[in-house]
Amino acid sequence: MTPHDSDTLKLEKATYEVDPKDVTKEMVSPYPAKVARKRAKHIVMRDPSIEGQEIQANVRTVPGILNTRHCAFAGCKGVVVGPFGDVLHIVHGPVGCSYYTWMTRRNQYRSREDGKNYMSYCVTTDMQDSDIVFGGVKKLRQAVQEGYDIFKPNAITITATCPVGLIGDDIQTVAKEMTEELGISVVAFNCEGYKGVSQSAGHHIANNGFFKNWVGEGEATDEEIEGFTVNLLGEYNIGGDSYEIERVLEKCGINVIATFSGDGTYDAATKAHLAKLNLVMCHRSINYMAEMMETKFGVPWTKVSFIGVQAFAKSLRKVARFFNDEALTQRIEEVIAEEVAAAEAEIAPIRERLQGKSAILFVGGSRAHHYQDLFADLGIKTIAAGYEFAHRDDYEGRQVLPLKVDADSRNVEELRVEKDPERYKLTADPAWVEQLKEEGFLNRYEGMISEMGEDTLMIDDISHHELETLIKRLKPDIVGSGIKDKYVIEKFGVPCKQLHNYDYGGPFAGFQGAVNFAKDIDMRINNPTWKLVKAPWQN
Amino acid sequence: MLEATPKEIVERKALRINPAKTCQPIGAMYAALGIHGCLPNSHGSQGCCSFHKSHLTRHYREPIMAATSAFTEGSSVFGGGGNLKQALTTIFTVYNPDMVAVSTTCLSETIGDDLPTFIRQARESGAVPEGKYVIHANTPSYVGSHVTGWSNMTKAMVTYLSAKTETPNNKLNIIPGYVEPSDVRAVKQLVTQMGIDAIVFPDTSDVVDTPKTGDFQMYPKGGTPIPDLIDTGNSTATLALGNFTSEAAATALQNKCQVPSRVLDLPIGLRATDRFVQALIEFSDVTPPESLNDDRGRLVDVMTDMQQYLYRKRVAVYGDPDQVISATEFLVDCGMLPVYVITGSPVGKRFEERVKDILKDTVPDAVVAANADLFYLHQLIKNEPVDLLLGNEYGKYIGRDEDIPIVRFGFPILDRVGHSYFPTACYWGGIYLLSNICNTLLERLDRDAPDELFELVR
Repeated sequence: MTPHDSDTLKLEKATYEVDPKDVTKEMVSPYPAKVARKRAKHIVMRDPSIEGQEIQANVRTVPGILNTRHCAFAGCKGVVVGPFGDVLHIVHGPVGCSYYTWMTRRNQYRSREDGKNYMSYCVTTDMQDSDIVFGGVKKLRQAVQEGYDIFKPNAITITATCPVGLIGDDIQTVAKEMTEELGISVVAFNCEGYKGVSQSAGHHIANNGFFKNWVGEGEATDEEIEGFTVNLLGEYNIGGDSYEIERVLEKCGINVIATFSGDGTYDAATKAHLAKLNLVMCHRSINYMAEMMETKFGVPWTKVSFIGVQAFAKSLRKVARFFNDEALTQRIEEVIAEEVAAAEAEIAPIRERLQGKSAILFVGGSRAHHYQDLFADLGIKTIAAGYEFAHRDDYEGRQVLPLKVDADSRNVEELRVEKDPERYKLTADPAWVEQLKEEGFLNRYEGMISEMGEDTLMIDDISHHELETLIKRLKPDIVGSGIKDKYVIEKFGVPCKQLHNYDYGGPFAGFQGAVNFAKDIDMRINNPTWKLVKAPWQN
Repeated sequence: MLEATPKEIVERKALRINPAKTCQPIGAMYAALGIHGCLPNSHGSQGCCSFHKSHLTRHYREPIMAATSAFTEGSSVFGGGGNLKQALTTIFTVYNPDMVAVSTTCLSETIGDDLPTFIRQARESGAVPEGKYVIHANTPSYVGSHVTGWSNMTKAMVTYLSAKTETPNNKLNIIPGYVEPSDVRAVKQLVTQMGIDAIVFPDTSDVVDTPKTGDFQMYPKGGTPIPDLIDTGNSTATLALGNFTSEAAATALQNKCQVPSRVLDLPIGLRATDRFVQALIEFSDVTPPESLNDDRGRLVDVMTDMQQYLYRKRVAVYGDPDQVISATEFLVDCGMLPVYVITGSPVGKRFEERVKDILKDTVPDAVVAANADLFYLHQLIKNEPVDLLLGNEYGKYIGRDEDIPIVRFGFPILDRVGHSYFPTACYWGGIYLLSNICNTLLERLDRDAPDELFELVR
């Protein structure tokens, strides 16, 4: 098998009892005409005979429609910035936004030698009406000082909520001044909730902030880091995913320099440019960082998935191919053989109980795609899938870039990045890198569509009504989704697996994660409780 | 967990750390769910709605249906009127609720959106069908807390809907406060037990504690019916339970429809429930049935049976002001010492004076603070520990760091079940709350006991 061969992971043709075209019609039927036309473009049935199938994505939500999208603040602070555990994260704004991003994504963090760990703290300027009227800059500056005095963190972030942008608080200047005054990095993110059309805008803002302020800025910026070194990009250590990924990478002899941002540290982030390869997990949340690091520092990137036994093995082989080192390749193959055998021994009996079941997955900006592979490992077919905050490239592949810039995407800064004259360093033979790029091995993401089975449905930013229709008509055995619709789904008697944030499970990444996942799905689908929903006298 | 929290307490002027409150709109959303057939709409960017839905969903483990006006940057510049109109069109066309309850956010408040005008225009444009209702509450997050948001939305029910006609309904209005559906159910049961006809609003029972039937109901059977809300103007009197959550609506109703009102504590614990029953007797001229006296007697029985484990135990109580006030009184009545009593809501002197009055004979030097946070509470505990924490989920980190047992009480509770099914209100609720407290202390006693003191009987 060639390392980038994805054939093994392609999904099968969907076999519905109903015509998916009728289901599509039913999904949009109650909408006002204009909304129906708009939503229809977000619903696509996979037809492999059509080259370059398109889907509408990353456009404004219809006001009043019930969906599960979030805002730029949630994407910036809640997803990307928050998981740095040795950094004090100050939310500038009224209390709520800080409160709701307090530990709810279960980003696990282990204290390092310096013992600094602020993961379980929720820190905010708690703006009051007088701050809104007279401006909150003075309070913010004071807050940063107090935060430093109390905690002496390795760095501080400031994230802005809606009113901050409206009243024009200059948080960037505060960050700059406090960086000088305190002698630690203070980075501000203008990630007000109204920016963009979903949390995706916040991911971009977060990447820009880290790239401008941290990457390449470490004290030891010129030191050589020996060995096979990688960064993990777009991995947030939800439920301990990073721990399992790092366990296997270390076993293979691959060193992780920095993780953006699960279980990440400030110091490591500043040294990220010294890694030889970037592994991009969540393409949607962090492709910006991968691109910018390659342009400025020469670090190439490759898209990987850590979710699923076969997918993780494939990703490890990708790393082996890039480094092109016989001993490493051999070691990786040994680890794969050992780990796959161990995982398979545990998964096999569970697969027997799950074989032939069906799943529909609506989650994230690439999570649905990743989890299809893991469901496939368990013998479960994905019959419909989609994302809540993806862009078209997440479905159609990177070849559709550059996409049209509209009013909603224009308000996120596009950084102009150039080659760093001193620190740009190719980490591998240029001819080799070029060859890998041509093969589509590096800098490529195929997106969801190419792997979807014939007649399966892809639905972007699914709404409540559409999901309800799918459940009633397609009768899936399980739905992968998030907390906001989990209990809607389960009222129908269909189990829901939270995949955006795992809430009580994990890790699900890596080989042992796949075993955990198998047990979890077995529990959800085969738990006898579901058969007791109706009373004996109601059957 | 919270190792970075220093023991030394220094004054903070700008930094809130580990808050004991959250923002207004989530309270407004929860209150709106207490109207039958109502879909809340969050007027702002979609993140607010998403946060509130997630948090309420995790607390209740139930579907929380709510829409958003989904602002983008353009609406922030040009105002959210267009968004609201489109939201109402979509909502009434697709989801067909009887009412939409709109709450504002920091964003729409800061740009100064004029909700009454927007709603009127939406109605005139046909976005709101005949016979459907739209109400709103102003709930900027930089004022008050989630408690204030609840209060504002409950008041909006009165200002928009309550009407006085020529026909008195001979009912009592009861505003149960920002409590669990189980507590509203307990209040309704007690009132029924007394033989009293009441309109209870908002009523989240049978909305966020619905049965699993294999089908999903967008509008579950619970919630106060809209005709009942309108009829509140014809009631004999209003009993508002909870100073900080229910008084505003009761006062508005008094002013609008001349319905006399009385504000009482949340009926949590023995004496607060006694006062509630007294008020019911007074306003309805009924005699409590023997079954109610029995219920009361059972609570007293548990209090005395368990006194050996409660007497002079030091407790830290934190959470929402109404819950904290009643719980503090209950703990004192059980012989315990609430030494730190904290609310995050900025309710100021009124709260502090009330709690200090409760504690004056028992713990005169207790630290009582409104507008405080859990970081401060943790520091107090580091300086002088307590035997028990009584409050919401977030105290578990303090509990772990300082090795102190915690009884979950209030909002939110994201890691345990039961709170939405077992009340802490009224006499039976008191038994449940006290059982939780006693059993938690007993678990601890057993865990810590050396072999010779590990007793069969407790």
